[in-house]
Amino acid sequence: MLQKKNLWWLLGVAVLAAFPLIVTNPSDTSIGVITLLFMACASSWNMFSGYSGYIALGSSVFYGTGAYTMALISIHTHMAPGAAMFWLVPVGGLMAMVIALPFGWIALRVRRHTFVVITIAVFFIFQLAAINFSFTGGTSGLALPFIQWGFSYYNVPFYYVALGLVIFITIVSAAVRRSRFGLQLLAIRDDEDRALGLGVKVIAVKITGFTLSAFTIGMAGAVYAMFVGQIYPQFVFDPVFDISVALMAFFGGLGTLTGPLLGALVLEASQQYLTVSFSNGSLYLILFGSLFLVVIMFMPRGIVVYVKDRLNKSAMARAAVATDQLAATGAGSSS
Amino acid sequence: MTTLLKAENISRSFGGLKALNGCNLEVEKGSITGLIGPNGSGKTTLFNVVTGYVKPDSGTVTFDGADITGYEPDKVFARGIGRTFQLTRIFARMTVLENMLVAIQHDEGWLRGMTRSKSSKVEVDNAMEWLDFVGITRLAEMDAGSLSYGQRKLLELAYVLVANPDVVLLDEPAGGVNLTLINQIADKIRTLNEQGKTFLIVEHNMEFVMNLCHSVTVMNQGTNLVTGNPAEVRSNPLVLDAYLGGGDDDEEVEVAANG
Repeated sequence: MLQKKNLWWLLGVAVLAAFPLIVTNPSDTSIGVITLLFMACASSWNMFSGYSGYIALGSSVFYGTGAYTMALISIHTHMAPGAAMFWLVPVGGLMAMVIALPFGWIALRVRRHTFVVITIAVFFIFQLAAINFSFTGGTSGLALPFIQWGFSYYNVPFYYVALGLVIFITIVSAAVRRSRFGLQLLAIRDDEDRALGLGVKVIAVKITGFTLSAFTIGMAGAVYAMFVGQIYPQFVFDPVFDISVALMAFFGGLGTLTGPLLGALVLEASQQYLTVSFSNGSLYLILFGSLFLVVIMFMPRGIVVYVKDRLNKSAMARAAVATDQLAATGAGSSS
Repeated sequence: MTTLLKAENISRSFGGLKALNGCNLEVEKGSITGLIGPNGSGKTTLFNVVTGYVKPDSGTVTFDGADITGYEPDKVFARGIGRTFQLTRIFARMTVLENMLVAIQHDEGWLRGMTRSKSSKVEVDNAMEWLDFVGITRLAEMDAGSLSYGQRKLLELAYVLVANPDVVLLDEPAGGVNLTLINQIADKIRTLNEQGKTFLIVEHNMEFVMNLCHSVTVMNQGTNLVTGNPAEVRSNPLVLDAYLGGGDDDEEVEVAANG
C-alpha cells in the first residue's frame, strides 16, 4: 500500500523532471518555472495554515523578503551573474524566517478573522515599506546582475531549482504531518483551547509552524527574483499572490499533502495557459472563474479530499457485507 | 488523608455577575468528590479557574502543596490536573488514536515535543490500553468526529486519563448519555479510584453523585453552601432550598441584597 503510494510520488517527480526535456519552448518552460514556484509556496503555506487552520493572507511578505534579499545581496556584493547566485536562495528563506518570527509573535495572539486581518495589515506595511524606502529602489524596483544564459537554456536551471524546492517542501510537509509537532498543529486546528488543556504549548507550536512555513516561501521569492532579473514592490509584495496561494490550497484540498501541489499545478498552469491562449479580452477570466466555481460548489473541501471520500465510499460499499460486524459495536456505544 | 486540591476564597465576576463569590473547595487525595448545585451556581466557572482557563479575581488554588493560581491550562495539565468539558471537546478531524496521542506529551519540553517523531510504540500501546479500558478500541482508526455522543464522552475520559493525571475533573460525565453508559462510566471511575486516582465530579444526576462520591460539596450563587458525605448533604435543608428556590422569602431577599 505504502509502496504503491511512493511509486505515485516518484512518477509525479519523473513527469515534472522530464517536462523541460520534452517541451523546450521557452515560453512554456517559463510557465513551468512559475507554476513550480507556486506549488512550493502553496504547499509551504498549507504546512502551517492548512494544518493549523490559521488562514494567513500575508505570504507575500515572505516571498518579497526572499526576493529583496536575493536582489540586495547580489547587487551589493557585486556578484558575478550566474549559477552561484543560487546560493542566496536559502539565505532568502532564512531572512523570511527572521521576519516571520516577530510577525507570528504579533499576529498569532489572535484567532480566525482577526488573524486574517492582521496578516493583511502586515502585508500592506511591507508593501508600503518596499515602495518608500530608498534601499529597495522604491517603485522603480531593483535590477539584479544580468544572467547571460542562452535564450533556449535560460529557464532550465530555474526549473530544476524550483522543482527541488517543491520536493523539499513536500518532504518537510510530510515529515511535519507525521511528527508530534504536526499532531499538535492539527489539534490546534480542531480545538485550540482543548489542546492547551492537554498540555500542548500552543503559542510555541504556532510560531514555529508559521516561521517554518516562511522558509520555503522566502526561497521561492529569491528564485523568482533571480529568474525575472528585475523586481518591483507591487509584484513581489502582491496581494493577489497572498490570495492565490491560499486559494490553490483550498482548491486542491486544505491540510492534505497533495492538495496544494495539485491546486497550484492546475490553477497556475491553466491561468497562464488561458492568458496566453485568449489574449483577446478577458475570456480566460470567465473560464478560470467557472472552473473555480465548479470545484467550490461540488467539492467544497477540495479535489483531493473529494476523490479520497469517493474512493473510501466505494470501498465501504464493497465492505458493506461485513456491516453486521460494525452494527454490533455494542458495549461502548450509546447509540 | 491529605488535601490534594484546594480552592480558597475564589471570586470571579463576569461584568456585573458574580459567578464565584468567595468559594472554597477541598479535594482529598484518593477521594471521589462531588460538586453539585443548581444551574448557574458557578460549578463550571470553578472548574475553569482551577484548570487555568479563567483567572480568578481573588483567591488561591493550591495543588499538592503548591500555589497554582493563574497558571496557564497547559501548565496546570503538566502539574497533573486533567479535565473533561461539559460539552465534550474532541479533535473531530483526527482519528481516535491521534486524539489520544495529543495528550501524552504533558511532561516534555516544547522543542522535544516538536522534534521527535509522532509516537513511540510504548505510547501507542498505552493509548490503546486506555481505549480498551473505556471500551472503544475498535474505533481507534475512525475520525473522532464520526463518534456518537456517548463514545465522545468515553474518548474524552480516555485521553484525559492517558496522561496519568493525579486528579481528574469531570464536568457532567453522565450528562446526555443513557443509563447503561452512565453505569459503565461510574464503574470505570470506581475502578480507577480504587487504584488511587482522585476525582472531582460536577454532575446533575443525583443518583450518580450519591452512589459514587465520598464527599459532596453543594454550591449556590457562587459560593460553597454545604460539604459532607452524601447522606448528610441529602438531608440538609439548605440544599433543598438551593435547588427548589427556598421557602424562606426573607432570607432570599437578604441574599439578593448582599449579592
